[in-house]
Parts: sequence; C-alpha cells; structure tokens
Amino acid sequence: MTETPPPPAAAQIFYDSPGDQAFRVRWWTGRATVYALLILWSFICLFPIYWTLTTSFKMAPDVMKGHMLPWVDFSPAWLGWRSLGLSPDTWGDESTVRAEFLKRFSNSAIVSVVSSVLAVVLGSLAAYGLSRFSYKFAWMRNGDISFFFLSQLILPPVVLALPFLVLYKELALLDTRIGLILLYTLSVLPIVIWIMRDQFSSIPTELEEAALVDGLSIWGAFVTIILPIALPGMVAAFILSLVLTWNEYFFAALITSTHANTLPVMVASQTGSQGISWWSMAALAWAAILPLIVIGVVLERYIIKGMAAGAVK
Amino acid sequence: MSSAGDLLHVVTNDSISAGRKSFGRAIIWGSAGVLVLVAALQLAQVLGWQDLGFQTWRPTLYAYVLWAICLCWGQVLLHGEHGKRTLFVLPAALFVISLTVFPLLFGLIIAFSDWNLSSPTGRQFNGLANVHQMWADPFYWNAMLNMVWYTLAILVEYAIAFGLALALNAEIRARKFFRVAFLLPLMLSPVAVSWMIGKSMLEPRFGPIARLSRALGWDNPSFFESPWIAKLTIMLMDAWTFIPFMMIMILAGLQAIPKELNEAAKVDGANGWRAFWEVTFPMMLPVSITAILIRIIFKLKLADIVINVTSGGPGGATDTVTSFIFREYRDRSNVGYGTLLAMVYLVVIVIAMTVLMKLADRFARPRT
Repeated sequence: MTETPPPPAAAQIFYDSPGDQAFRVRWWTGRATVYALLILWSFICLFPIYWTLTTSFKMAPDVMKGHMLPWVDFSPAWLGWRSLGLSPDTWGDESTVRAEFLKRFSNSAIVSVVSSVLAVVLGSLAAYGLSRFSYKFAWMRNGDISFFFLSQLILPPVVLALPFLVLYKELALLDTRIGLILLYTLSVLPIVIWIMRDQFSSIPTELEEAALVDGLSIWGAFVTIILPIALPGMVAAFILSLVLTWNEYFFAALITSTHANTLPVMVASQTGSQGISWWSMAALAWAAILPLIVIGVVLERYIIKGMAAGAVK
Repeated sequence: MSSAGDLLHVVTNDSISAGRKSFGRAIIWGSAGVLVLVAALQLAQVLGWQDLGFQTWRPTLYAYVLWAICLCWGQVLLHGEHGKRTLFVLPAALFVISLTVFPLLFGLIIAFSDWNLSSPTGRQFNGLANVHQMWADPFYWNAMLNMVWYTLAILVEYAIAFGLALALNAEIRARKFFRVAFLLPLMLSPVAVSWMIGKSMLEPRFGPIARLSRALGWDNPSFFESPWIAKLTIMLMDAWTFIPFMMIMILAGLQAIPKELNEAAKVDGANGWRAFWEVTFPMMLPVSITAILIRIIFKLKLADIVINVTSGGPGGATDTVTSFIFREYRDRSNVGYGTLLAMVYLVVIVIAMTVLMKLADRFARPRT
C-alpha cells in the first residue's frame, strides 16, 4: 500500500489513511459486538416470558415436541386459559377457578397498593423531616435515626416471620389483609426513605424559606410547595414498593392460609400439586406477571429513577 | 445529614398556655394508663386469674394504637411548632419500633423455648437446648455455607451487570427498548420465575433449555440432581432476576461520569481497555460498592426460588438459611427452634455486614 505511486489527478484526492481505515474496522466490530451483546441479553431476558405466554396456548403434544412458534409449528388453543376460566368462550360461565384467581388477584392488588401508599406517606414524612430539621430523640440524633430506618433493610424477613406468626395468632390478625399490609409496609419503608431522602435533599431550602416568609406554616409549605416538586420521586418509590410487595411470597406463605392469600401463594400452591398441566400453569403464571410487565413497560422511567437514587451522590 | 442545627430555620413565638400543656400531658399519660390497664386485664385473663371474656389480644392492640395517636397529638399540644416538626418523623419511628423491636424482643423469648404451635402444651422454656440442637444440626451449617457460595456468586453477577451497563451506555439505537427488556426480569415475581424457568424451561425432557443442552452434547441434562449443578442453577436463576438491579445502579453511575474525563484519557493516548481500567473503573468504585452491598443484603434474603423449585434438595445442597427455617416451620411447626436459628442468622449477618461496610469504606476512600 505504501509503495503505490501518487494517484492520477482524476482519482480521489482526499482519502483515508490506512490508520484511519483500521480505525473504521475497529469501530464497526465494536458496534457489532455491542449490538450482539445487547440482542443476546434481551433474548435471555425476554425468552422465558415469551415461552410462558406461548405455552399457555399450547396443547399437550405441542409441549412434548417443543414447538415454539405459534401458527408456524403449532396452532394456538385456549386450553390453558379455559382451565382458568379466562378464555373467551368460558367468560360468561361460572368458574370456581376464575373466582379463586380473581380473589387472589384482588387480595394482591389491595395489599400491595395499600401498603405502598402507607409506606410512601410514612417514609416521605420521615425523610423530609430528617432532611430539614435536626432531631434529638433520647441519645439519637439525625444520623442515628436515619441509620435506624435504613438498617431495617438488613433485617432478613425470616427473623420477623415466626415472632409475627405467634403475635398475629394472639391478635387474631393471622390470615387477614391488614396483617399483611402492616408487614409489607414495614419491609418497603427503608427503601422509600432511602429514595425520598435523596429526593428531598436535592430540593433547595430557600423554597420553604420563601414560603414561610409568605406566612405558610411548615406543614403548609411542605404540602403546597415541596410535595409537588418531590412527586416524581414519590411515584418512583411507590412503583418500586408496588413491585416488591406484589411479588412478596415468604410472609404471605407463612401467615395467610385461605382468606388473604395473595397471587404468588396461589401460583406456588399450584406448582406443588401432582401432574401439573403445563398450559394452565403457564396461563396462571402469565396472568400473575402481566400487571408487572405492563408497569415495567409503561413506567420504566420511574423504576430506573427510583433504583438509581442513592447510587450517585 | 450529621450537621448540627436545622437546615430550615423557623422562628416562632409559641405561647402555649398552661391549660393546653396540661391537656397534652393528660392525653398522653391517660392513654398510656388505658393501655397499661387493658394489658393488665388481658394478662390476668391469660394467667387465669379472672375470666373477662377476652378472646384475643386485640383490645390491647387498639389501646396501643390509641396511645400512639395521643402521643403524636400530644407533641403538638406540648411543644407547638417544635412538636409539629417532630410529627414528621414520629409516626414512621413509632411504626418501625412497634413492628420490629417488639417482635424481636418477643422472638428472643421464643428462641429459648420449646414451642410447637400444633401441640396443645404451649410454650415451655428449655434453656439452651435449642442452642445445643443447632450446634449439632449439620443442615443448618450447610445452609450457612451455601449462603457464602451464593454471596460469592454476586461477583460474577457484578461483572455481567457492568458489561451490560457499559453496552447500554454506549451510543446505541433503540436504547429504550433494551432498557425495558433488561429491566423486565426484575419485575417478575420469584414464584412465577421459579415456575417459568425452574419447572418448565429446565424440565429435563421437554424444557427448551434441556433441549438446547442436548443439542450441545449433554446427553442427559438434569439440573437439580447433582448438588453443584443444582446450586449453580439456583444461582443462575437468581442472577437472572437481579442482574438488572445492579445494572441500573451501575448505569446511573456511568451516566454521572463527566464525558470530559474519557475524552482526556483518549487524548492522552489511552486505548479503550486502559481507559476503562484507569478512568472508568476507579470512578465507578463507590457506586459499585453500594450496588454490591445492597445486592448482598437482597441475596441474604434469597428463599422464594429455592422453596418453590428444589425445596432445598438434593440433600440440602441448594438450601438457604431462610428456606431451611421455612421448612423447619412448615414440616415440624417448631417455632422455638426456628426462631433461634433465625436469630443466630441475624447476628451473623449484622456482624458480617458491619465488617464488610467498614472494609468497603476503607477501600472506597479516594487514595491521595
């Protein structure tokens, strides 16, 4: 290459030096690796979800033969959804399985929404107070109080589980939604405080000072000025709590039995039974994760915001 | 937030009348009195001195809630503006204290007793018998050891998460699609995951992963029969759900690094690999340590997948401490022994996390 005579005048005058061309090749291979990696990992992430969805439309032979593509190598049937009473042709009929499913679903929804709201309210108040005022409860100052709240994160659920089981038995809270709500609020509270503390400390105190000069009380300034600004953070904390409480299995399996069962408990109890029919399990599992997939796709921005809080100081 | 003094200075001249103050004290102490009285009556019932017709301890709970409300209200009555400040933190503090400190103290009592919930004899102190039993329980120590292995797997997860975060941080198209796709595993409930992957995709005969591994030359794929493969499979499933979590934290850290730094490194002649090790990685150290510590905390709670996929088998190879205690309760309803195991676990965790945090603190401090 280096020995070639200078190009005739008609030929290209400006051309990339060999060094630049090598760079080009490197750039393209770099691109290709990045995209290959991204596509491979998205496949790993999405395939189980896709597999479950398609399995819920398969019939026994399709499962055995490992057919994967609907309409190409198997024809979708409503088998799995029919057994849940959720297919179009069974929609009008009575179905005990569907009633059971809807009951569990509403339990899950009520418990997770109420406990998330409760955690966000309690956690935001505490985080705001800790970011603005200095407290002294007995020997505990602000740093200690924050640490006290955040240290609850370390507490493994199993430590609380058995004492709570006994306590709830005495208090007749076993197998009630209120019992679950209390426990779930407790378990997500540290995370909410973690996110909200970050959120409030990024809001300048001059805002409240101005509001106070204008004659608002502390709580008035908090509700009318600060809350609207901190709303995205609160939504992030709420969504994250919602995800965690919706998925919680351990406490629900221990302290509920018939009335307050949540969806994960129902899914788990079906798994254990003998002779699982794949299609109905797949339909059930998919119905259980569907709300979260919707939340994940629609509110992805908030979830990422919530999890990134505190990562970057 | 260790600074002394308020960030927000509020000057008010509260003139709280003596009547208001005494009313405040009255409701706090009055409700406390009600609480003590109700609790004493219930205790009398439980001890069999008197039959007052209490079915459960609910009345004490209500009295406690009443006292908590009065305590909060009393703060405002007694301290005026200052009390209103206390009101921000007090409800959460009361909530957490009543839901963790009391059960923990209660748990300490349970831990040293022989208490089978299904037996009619009720609770009996048995001193250190549970401790002796624990000492001689190979399965518990095996589960503890497993937790060490599971925790070590985090390093691999971290490497993968870092790689993915770097890929996401590159100049790519369809970034939103990839972000959503990568995030989804985290949204799924571990119970559903354990069915979707553990029971169906890893099914040795028709599962797609089993098929794939047969095509790759593994004749008889079985994922839950030999101890180490089973452990590895559980690790992989847990990693699948939690890698997005670390990835997002690392991604947030990457996006906070000023672009000029990498450009400066490039101008100075560092190629991609060296720029990564000498600029990006050191810059990411604090974020990485936070992410790993939080991940360890979550990993120590690992149970749902194990309970639902292997229930600890084969021979306890996949047991985590939580799943072991769960089965201890489910199979034998032995509350006392289970609680002791959990308490010991808590102590071990607290010590381990304290040491880790101290080490991390020293390690992450910028070297000068």
